[in-house]
Amino acid sequence: MEYHELTIEKAGKLLCDHQISSFELTSALLDRIEKYDDEINAFITIDKTMALEQAQKADQDICDNKILPLTGVPIALKDLLCTKGIKTTCGSQILNNFIPQYDGTIVKKLKENGAVIIGKTNLDEFGMGSSTENSSYKITANPWNKAYVPGGSSGGSAAAVAAGFCCAALGTDTGGSIRQPASHCGVVGLKPTYGRVSRFGLVSYASSLDQIGPITKDVKDAAILLNIISGNDKMDSTSAKVDVPDFTKAFDLFEKGSLKGMTAGIPKEYLSVEGIDPEVEKVFNDAKKILCDLGVEIKEISLPHTDYVVAAYYIIAPSEASSNLARFDGVKYGFREKVCDDLIDMYKKTRSKGFGPEVKRRIMIGTYALSAGYYDAYYGRASKVRTLIMEDFSKAFDACDFILSPVAPAPAFKISEKIDDPLTMYLTDIFTLSANMAGIPGISVPAGFSSKGLPIGIQMMAKSFDEMSLLRAGYGFEKTINLDVRCKM
Amino acid sequence: MKISTDEVAKIAHLARLEVDASQKEEMAEQLSHILGYIDKLKDVDVEGVKLSFGAAFMNNVLRDDELKVSPGPCVTLANAPQRDEDFYIVPRIVK
Repeated sequence: MEYHELTIEKAGKLLCDHQISSFELTSALLDRIEKYDDEINAFITIDKTMALEQAQKADQDICDNKILPLTGVPIALKDLLCTKGIKTTCGSQILNNFIPQYDGTIVKKLKENGAVIIGKTNLDEFGMGSSTENSSYKITANPWNKAYVPGGSSGGSAAAVAAGFCCAALGTDTGGSIRQPASHCGVVGLKPTYGRVSRFGLVSYASSLDQIGPITKDVKDAAILLNIISGNDKMDSTSAKVDVPDFTKAFDLFEKGSLKGMTAGIPKEYLSVEGIDPEVEKVFNDAKKILCDLGVEIKEISLPHTDYVVAAYYIIAPSEASSNLARFDGVKYGFREKVCDDLIDMYKKTRSKGFGPEVKRRIMIGTYALSAGYYDAYYGRASKVRTLIMEDFSKAFDACDFILSPVAPAPAFKISEKIDDPLTMYLTDIFTLSANMAGIPGISVPAGFSSKGLPIGIQMMAKSFDEMSLLRAGYGFEKTINLDVRCKM
Repeated sequence: MKISTDEVAKIAHLARLEVDASQKEEMAEQLSHILGYIDKLKDVDVEGVKLSFGAAFMNNVLRDDELKVSPGPCVTLANAPQRDEDFYIVPRIVK
């Protein structure tokens, strides 16, 4: 038994049966991080003492038979989630000394369920990026090939799971930031429906698009974590008051009836997207065949406004960002430039030194789009296009249970290959942005490898609050394809 | 859409950012390039379409108006870059 290969489910069982202790497991993973993370750079902050204390407490709880779903299981958190007493940088210099005074709701829920918080993972600054190269601390490498990016913005979380530094991790997804790095790193990533999971204690990037979700070694673990993090929270008025089913029931549905009776829609507009890599296309076609063999009816559907998704997103997200990030003014927390002429000068110098180039670029785009005289032409128009995109999806789900698509047009690219061309980088988000715009859930499941040995995932999206269909189809697919996604280091 | 260096300076001021002279040109070029792509939104017929601000349920969320203990300045000011006991220090704003 290798500690670094353990899923939540397997670790939970071994801990429960007293075959391993949480202290042993956590220590082994911390050793592995020490050995390999200099090359991978998945973590920004590790608090060994705190992690081992939590592990010892978990071991005591197990002895006392107080066993909860995550008791003693090491989980990593994207460094955009507030953790009481542990530095939370958001990948930004503007928060290089920020120590939250409270746990975000989701961090609280993990702890209440016995989890050991093993560390805070690297990300594109404030979640703005698709490669984790926009972190102001370090560039995370893809564990499958260190010359390549892990994807982003939750690249640190996806790399940490793939490298076996933790049993699972949490990421956040504003335009694909869970699903795309999961695809590039050969792990499972689930973006829940908007409102399914509380955002309290998640540092806001674009509030109408952000969601927290699991990044895991398999689909079962994604369901286990989703069970824990879901639910209405009085601290987040956008968290939905809807029932939370037991998501692990999705697997019984598969075991009982395969995937018979399910319909998958394939948007015809996705097939004509420019620049799809032939290897991604092959993996996608193979996946389609597997689902077909499992009894899924495949249908062509239409999402007529696909061509406008990237443009609308890159107005809406930066507009929300320019407003949300106004709070970083050097007064209440974080970095402050000391030498300045007056208050406005202090704001400007603090923000200019504290934010990196991509964050500044998005703040500038957002400020422009919201400025007097341009609001209607940009933000107003993009918000109307958003309505049309939402209507496209709502019509599409009349004809299918889930939509099948690639996650990204190509496998992971080389570090620094695209960093100087922001627009080209934005265009790689084409398949993932829509789920955030429409608020629907999406999952990325490993589906194959490129000729260079880099993982490629497939994406499934379902209607709002129907994560169950994604987990059922994702689990069926994963079981049938039976891909070996253990990353050798 | 072409953004000039003067416009970059104006947007930067509104965003409370400093863009020094050496970066203005590059920023103007990048913003023009990105906004040029975004201009394709003009091709969409949005006549009569309502605006969407997200997928949250648009219902009012109320809570009971209960008295609660404040965490107090030692918590709320814990991360202040400059403070004087229970106050934030900011540059002089009254001339």
